[in-house]
Amino acid sequence: MSNVFPKWSNALPLKIIVFVFILAAAVVSGITYYATPSYTRVGYEPVQPVPYDHSFHVGELGLDCRYCHSKVEESGHANIPASSTCMACHSMIKTDSELLEPVRASFASGEPLPWVRVHQTPDYVYFNHSVHVNRGVSCVECHGEVNKMEIVKHDQPMSMGWCLECHRNPEEYLRPIAEVTNLDWVHPGGEKGQIEDGKKFVEEWNVNPPQSCTGCHR
Amino acid sequence: MASAHASIEEVEPAILDEVNPVDIPRPALVDNDRSFSWITDKICGIVEEKTPTWWWVCFVLACGTASFTVMGLVYLVSTGTGVWGLANPANWGWAIVNFVFWIGIGHAGTLISAILCLLRQKWRTSINRAAEAMTIFAVVCAGIFPVFHVGRVWMAWFLFPIPNANAIWPNFKSALLWDVFAVSTYGTVSVLFWYVGLIPDLASVRDRATSKIRQFLYGIFAMGWRGSNRQWSNYEMCYLLLAGLSTPLVLSVHTIVSFDFAISLLPGWHTTIFPPYFVAGAIFSGFGMVLTLMLPLRAIYRLDDLITQYHIDCMTKIILATGTMVGYAYGMEFFIAAYGANDFEIFAFVNRAFGNYAWAYWIMISCNVISPQFFWFKKIRENTALVWIITIFVNIGMWFERFVIAVTTLTRDFLPSSWGYFSPTIVDIFTYVGTFGVFSVLFLLFLRFLPLMAMAEIKAVTPQADAHAHKH
Repeated sequence: MSNVFPKWSNALPLKIIVFVFILAAAVVSGITYYATPSYTRVGYEPVQPVPYDHSFHVGELGLDCRYCHSKVEESGHANIPASSTCMACHSMIKTDSELLEPVRASFASGEPLPWVRVHQTPDYVYFNHSVHVNRGVSCVECHGEVNKMEIVKHDQPMSMGWCLECHRNPEEYLRPIAEVTNLDWVHPGGEKGQIEDGKKFVEEWNVNPPQSCTGCHR
Repeated sequence: MASAHASIEEVEPAILDEVNPVDIPRPALVDNDRSFSWITDKICGIVEEKTPTWWWVCFVLACGTASFTVMGLVYLVSTGTGVWGLANPANWGWAIVNFVFWIGIGHAGTLISAILCLLRQKWRTSINRAAEAMTIFAVVCAGIFPVFHVGRVWMAWFLFPIPNANAIWPNFKSALLWDVFAVSTYGTVSVLFWYVGLIPDLASVRDRATSKIRQFLYGIFAMGWRGSNRQWSNYEMCYLLLAGLSTPLVLSVHTIVSFDFAISLLPGWHTTIFPPYFVAGAIFSGFGMVLTLMLPLRAIYRLDDLITQYHIDCMTKIILATGTMVGYAYGMEFFIAAYGANDFEIFAFVNRAFGNYAWAYWIMISCNVISPQFFWFKKIRENTALVWIITIFVNIGMWFERFVIAVTTLTRDFLPSSWGYFSPTIVDIFTYVGTFGVFSVLFLLFLRFLPLMAMAEIKAVTPQADAHAHKH
């Protein structure tokens, strides 16, 4: 047997074991970082047909989210505004802007603008905007600080684990209904105040976020 | 009492002047007084000879059969689990039946390697290697069904508690999760046991190898075995520890498999007799399969001196015993149903025997309870062909047992409006039949490349190894 394997092969099993451990650690950390929604989805920033600047309209001019996404409080779906919504102002302001040409064309023809969807829940997930907005979940919790975005990008992972973070501890996220569209709002009492008030909201509004499979996978 | 006390001292100590144990002759475990070198030549020869024609024929046939499973699974994954005959009310059909069937067959391996080792049943040495191989391959076949029943098979890793972006965790209250752990532990320990047992024999094959590549490959897997005293003493301790470790598994695996049914609330499943009765059934079918495999091998490779009539006797007696236990359990289920006076329970069992699946029930009874009773007769135990045929019946019967349990209960629910009749689809049949091909492919490869008997252990139990055989 001595001539089957060279002497250096004696150390080989140990080296292989060490290598396997390193490889396993690399694979696990690689998957955790690169193959989860916090990497694969966050940062998605598609080019839109019209470079609508949220940071200008919302952040500087102070438009409320609901001016354009008008049905978010009543509907499960937060609507994208029709071109007529844009034209409410832009029939008077910047009427000859080249960037706004697609909006005017869409308004004239009735053909909607081909906005590129940024956030998409899978078909097997049931999500209702109105129930969240009416129970003190702010837009910012899921969509990030849109009032500071020039181009809208995917801000949060929107993985199932991420949904459950709030469904399991809603008191950490709920705020007064009046502040839902105020994206800069933070609880004046800090973290402690947030939890205190959050618990009150959970109690008073009877917030009971589902954690069973069928809550979202209907 | 006092007087009894006093008299103790007067009684003579219970020591005889001379010890005369009754001399009960034990049959030799290796016939014809074969020498060590004959055993090595015989077993290694099987691995070293030119691949026989029959092997190629069987291998091609087995691959062809195995392709049925592959086709069935590809069709299932590309289309959906609906291609199996699973539909309300029978959402467990052949998938669970085949799973339990194969896991049960796998049972004999650990029993032979662990429990018989601890009980010093020396006759295990001739059959344990092949039985352990059978166990591993049966677990492989069994695993196919639950994994693909998941539907999105690429999500099967959800079965294990692995942290993930969905923040979900398996339900530890579910028997199906216990199954995952029971079966994967069982598979791992069986492989470990099998491999540890193989090491000295792999070294024998390595040392006899003439080509460089064989020396290299067998050399790697023999892990530098030299057969020194120190290695042997460590090895024996390791083997003993593994035997101790896997002994509980013999009982736990099928107990947990039976929990899949027993912890539910359905009449016909919800019974406390399930764990022991499943374990007995598993050992029954496992030994059936061992004989089904070993008897042809014995004839083909002329292993009559190593697998003697005594070995066959032992195994058939175990089949007889466990078959009778299973029969007792079938009877006891009826008794408990009658004694418990629960209408639903009584209905479930009467329906089993005389209802829509009566045909399956009576196949089960005749194969599992009646056919092993022939083993009471020495003449039948000595007729190899007949033994082989009966073991085939045992395997058929045990498949039908699982079918009867799973299907009769589901298709006759509490609500007559949801009653139904389960029929397998062609995909079910293809997938199941194909697993016999998968099993055969693996077993044939085992025969071709690994020593099919534990040479080192057999040598230790030969008459030749006992230098003082004729003196006490």
